[in-house]
Amino acid sequence: MSKTGRVIVITSGKGGVGKTTTTANLGVALASMGENVAVLDADIGLRNLDLALGLENRIVYDIVDVVEGRAKLRQALIKHKQHQNLSLLPAAQTRDKSAVTTRQMQQLVAELQEEGFTFILIDCPAGIEQGFKNATAGATEAIVVTNPEMASVRDSDRIIGLLEAQELHNPMLIVNRIRMRMVKNQEMLGVEDVQEVLGSSVKLIGVVPDDEAIITSTNHGDPAVTSDSSPAGQAYRDIARRLRGEEVPFMDLEEKSGFFEKLFKRFSAKSR
Amino acid sequence: MPLNTLIDRLFGRGEKSAKHVAKDRLRFVLMHDRADIPAPMMEEMRREILGVLSKYVEIDESALDLSLERSDNAVAVVANIPIRRVLESRTAPPTP
Repeated sequence: MSKTGRVIVITSGKGGVGKTTTTANLGVALASMGENVAVLDADIGLRNLDLALGLENRIVYDIVDVVEGRAKLRQALIKHKQHQNLSLLPAAQTRDKSAVTTRQMQQLVAELQEEGFTFILIDCPAGIEQGFKNATAGATEAIVVTNPEMASVRDSDRIIGLLEAQELHNPMLIVNRIRMRMVKNQEMLGVEDVQEVLGSSVKLIGVVPDDEAIITSTNHGDPAVTSDSSPAGQAYRDIARRLRGEEVPFMDLEEKSGFFEKLFKRFSAKSR
Repeated sequence: MPLNTLIDRLFGRGEKSAKHVAKDRLRFVLMHDRADIPAPMMEEMRREILGVLSKYVEIDESALDLSLERSDNAVAVVANIPIRRVLESRTAPPTP
């Protein structure tokens, strides 16, 4: 089989900005659009992607078992029952980042490509050390997830520089957890502010609103992208479509405002 | 609170908003992160650039924006310097 699968690393530098949530949601969205998707948890020692996907009880072998030859790649891959086109390669929980080398990671990704996956998403650990180097080693594209918040943007800037050094140019940017009401009130950095500060080397691919559905859906182990009522889920579906090359307009986040504003808009629309 | 201050606050024009403070602070911190230029050196550079330009034009110092931007493998100094007006003595043709 030819190696045509796209290998995208999802990274951020700072922890807790939504890398794992993004990986899980994009994985499910792409799979539901007919792509053959493998999601790889590169956060060895701090495994979490299994939880986001509700697959924690089905792990038998992990990534370290594969690289150390105790299991075949196919044995370790967990096929999602609800999302048939989606498979997870879990991280090891009892080992650390040094358990896998950069070279082993590259080989693993090549093997996944040979398996015929059209999208291979790598959930990168926080930080800029070995784990980051491993996770980015096999990737040909990168998504930087950032929150509209100073520490996150600063770390993203550092990550963008490190990605450049790894020949991963012009990474895609997802601004996650934005609160439009605060942006409107000049209390929070807006999407344009983040883009302006990070410079033109990054390409915006999505804006995900802060959404409580992310917490509840993660608690259920069922990514928000499967919910029609979740604004974040909608945003992730749009990102998945953009990844597949579709032109999708950025959704009007202003619409997702409070009850009274909606009411007011409805009235003002009627009076026209 | 005087009415005009209140109006300014309401429209976010009075004191700098949290968003603008964050953006300014971020710009400043990224400048150093990117180039590793120590703050005093950056300040001196800014002062000297201002000094040279002030010989020819009147500058809106408060709106001056000097930053370092990364493009591929290079870092560039990007300056946005609003000019209020060109100084008279320089625009007048030399008297014969």
